[in-house]
Amino acid sequence: MEKAQIIETIAKRVAKELNKGDVVNLGIGLPTFVANYVDAEMQIIFQSENGFVGLGPAAEKGEENADIVNAGGLPVTILPGGAFFDSSLSFSIIRGGHVDKTVLGALQVDEQGNLANWMIPGKMVPGMGGAMDLVVGAKKVIVAMEHSAKGKPKILKKCTLPLTAASEVDMIITEMAVIEVTADGLVLTELGPETTVEDVIAVTEAELIISDALK
Amino acid sequence: MVEIIGLQEAAEMVSDGASVMIGGFIGVGGPNSIIEALIENNVKDLTIISNDTVTPDLGIGKLVVNKQIKKAIVTHIGTNPETGRQMNAGELEIELVPQGTLAERIRAGGAGLGGVLTKAGLKTPVEEGKRKLDINGQDYLLEMPLKADIALLKASKADKAGNLYYNGATRNFNPVMATAAELVIAEVDEIVEIGEINPNDVMTPGIFVNFIVKGGR
Repeated sequence: MEKAQIIETIAKRVAKELNKGDVVNLGIGLPTFVANYVDAEMQIIFQSENGFVGLGPAAEKGEENADIVNAGGLPVTILPGGAFFDSSLSFSIIRGGHVDKTVLGALQVDEQGNLANWMIPGKMVPGMGGAMDLVVGAKKVIVAMEHSAKGKPKILKKCTLPLTAASEVDMIITEMAVIEVTADGLVLTELGPETTVEDVIAVTEAELIISDALK
Repeated sequence: MVEIIGLQEAAEMVSDGASVMIGGFIGVGGPNSIIEALIENNVKDLTIISNDTVTPDLGIGKLVVNKQIKKAIVTHIGTNPETGRQMNAGELEIELVPQGTLAERIRAGGAGLGGVLTKAGLKTPVEEGKRKLDINGQDYLLEMPLKADIALLKASKADKAGNLYYNGATRNFNPVMATAAELVIAEVDEIVEIGEINPNDVMTPGIFVNFIVKGGR
């Protein structure tokens, strides 16, 4: 699958998880594409952790407002009905359970729903930003990522990288599969386009329970 | 009492080794003109408390490039490769803090609270060396209050009583930082007469602010 097609497949599938009126925080990178597949009728309220709700599309060229940027620092818009606030209130929203769904990328996820997405010791230490607060506080945590790193599994029995949070991930959505994290382990509930169960198992280290209702 | 001063005067209040809270999110809502003056002064060994270290060409990012920082307490350094390089070379100490925890530690510092209990960072490297408390059967990390010698803020507008108004997403860490430092200096785009900011629109009351500085955008 081409990169653009991978992103589209994942983002479209994540969008289906959102319910009307949800407050949603999308992480930087792939998760931001989810907004492209959300119908306005859904009245989803996107939260931007640098300090507002009602996050709209990227600002048109020439229409940028230097005071309105997303958590990645890019010029964006705020929709009618939106609101600005400071970092303390922003994280009251996040930690306090007022975000319905958070969608983040991952370096590794494991059978217990542990997530690692903020550092590779000795190599890359960008910092956690708001990720630790988001995964601990949001009602539902959805990991949206490419299924493997060029064939190397990212869905593991146990994360080897330092964790972002323990046992907080609820669902993993990749171009190949939808996987739910349950008390019994990881349940494969859906296959991506032109993908077989065997294809998924081949690039997944974690044990997968195949759902009876596999789609 | 609030006094209006110049950029250079403001920068001279920051001495070598000072702890400095700096508002802004990747430079948006950051006192970038005061920081330019800090670079001219070449003040050294600063401890910076901020969301991030911006980019190498702006605000705190330039302080990093110019090696004026000894320690940075931040949530994210990924937008400034020079920060990572100095950290790996042992030239710059970095304490990474979850963003919500940073905001609440500063708020605790300014609000007379003894600390913050949060679940963010449990079972991660963030919990190392920290106390864990069991509250009603649930684990929480005890995070300590943060204070600083100086807070450098950025606001869109100030009146001559020091009341501050922030436009758009520039508010971020500025209001909490206003409460948690010995000395508070706000760089502002516009200074207006007392009464020209409606009390309903004041986001940081002037009682927290010692000096205001007209900055350039």
